Amino acid sequence: MDGIYDLGGVAGFGAVEVEADEPTFHEPWEATAFRINLASIGFLRAYNADEYRHAIERMQPVHYLQARYYERVLTGATTLLVEKGVLDLADLERRAGGRIPLALPVRPNPGDGRSEPREPRFRCGARVRVRDDHKPGHTRVPRYVRGRTGTVVHVAPPFSYPDASSHGLPKRCEATYHVEFEASELWGDDAETNAPVVVDLWESYLEEA
Amino acid sequence: MGGDEIASPEARADAVAEALVEKGHLPEGALDAVERIEEGLDWHNGARVVARAWTDPAYRARLLADGTAACAELGFEGPQGEYIVVLEDTPERKNLIVCTQCSCTAWPVLGLPPDWYKSPEYRARVVREPRRVLREMGLELEPEIEVRVWDTTAETRYLVLPLRPEGTDGFTEDQLAALVMREAMIGVARVPSPT
Repeated sequence: MDGIYDLGGVAGFGAVEVEADEPTFHEPWEATAFRINLASIGFLRAYNADEYRHAIERMQPVHYLQARYYERVLTGATTLLVEKGVLDLADLERRAGGRIPLALPVRPNPGDGRSEPREPRFRCGARVRVRDDHKPGHTRVPRYVRGRTGTVVHVAPPFSYPDASSHGLPKRCEATYHVEFEASELWGDDAETNAPVVVDLWESYLEEA
Repeated sequence: MGGDEIASPEARADAVAEALVEKGHLPEGALDAVERIEEGLDWHNGARVVARAWTDPAYRARLLADGTAACAELGFEGPQGEYIVVLEDTPERKNLIVCTQCSCTAWPVLGLPPDWYKSPEYRARVVREPRRVLREMGLELEPEIEVRVWDTTAETRYLVLPLRPEGTDGFTEDQLAALVMREAMIGVARVPSPT
């Protein structure tokens, strides 16, 4: 989905603030949120990591931007535990003594009928263009590279294709490619010099340039 | 039902944790078991990897050829460390890691990421104006040095191997590891010379 979470290249943000000697968790509930999510994925197997990322992406956009990181983790995990029928929202709200904002409902990706490729289609040095798809559901193609052309600099092993696994579609694994884009290809004449960006992209996102 | 107000994140987290255990979805102590996994996710592990690479050329070669195996050699593996690629800084190239869509990081060697790495400011800006962001963060790069930004959009997890600072000849691996900061392994800083 073309959502608020896809922040690469969005203008208008200010300085990056670095906190000296930052603790891993600022408050105990942040650790609880992190552990709930890890246990729900790894132990309970209530959902997978792709569904989890997408649940956060589905957060109401203003809530997404205002929430701190571990509130987003908590909201994604809670949403899926309720959607999967593991927990009951009314029961949780009674326990919490207030309303619990969840992410908005999922809009599925259409299946594309592709099968698992036998071997990687592109090699290092290949020129590739990123398909300009606008899927309603989960995808890992940032907006800022769609339709842009780059060069494969590394072929990574096959991994589960998230546009399918986040929506209960048949699992298939395919290579991901580290694709290098010149800054001017992404940001035009005002781009900084000598500042390429490398993006890690599943094979289905790419076509020959 | 609870009240009309939105519950605090603390109340929400406690409610979910309590319900998971009370309804029998998680055994008592399951969340504490996750805590023990967390303790192994520490950026000081990455500092050990870097110091070893600075002192052992054969290890450095293995690390650049297969980051996952070379990190595992030192005992650093686990969730979010399934496929680690190490990015070598050179005098001509500065590498930089970001995750623009969420906050993916190589947990076994970089730990759970700091707030600034997860902030909209860093995620939005660093792919578009990395030199400006680095300058604001205190690292001025000459125009002839390439700054290469790596967006963690799939399953590869990156670790930057920074340049070994001047003035560290004869330093032991432990002394070197103590100099390495997390920021240098994400790529927004250089490891400073010892004073």
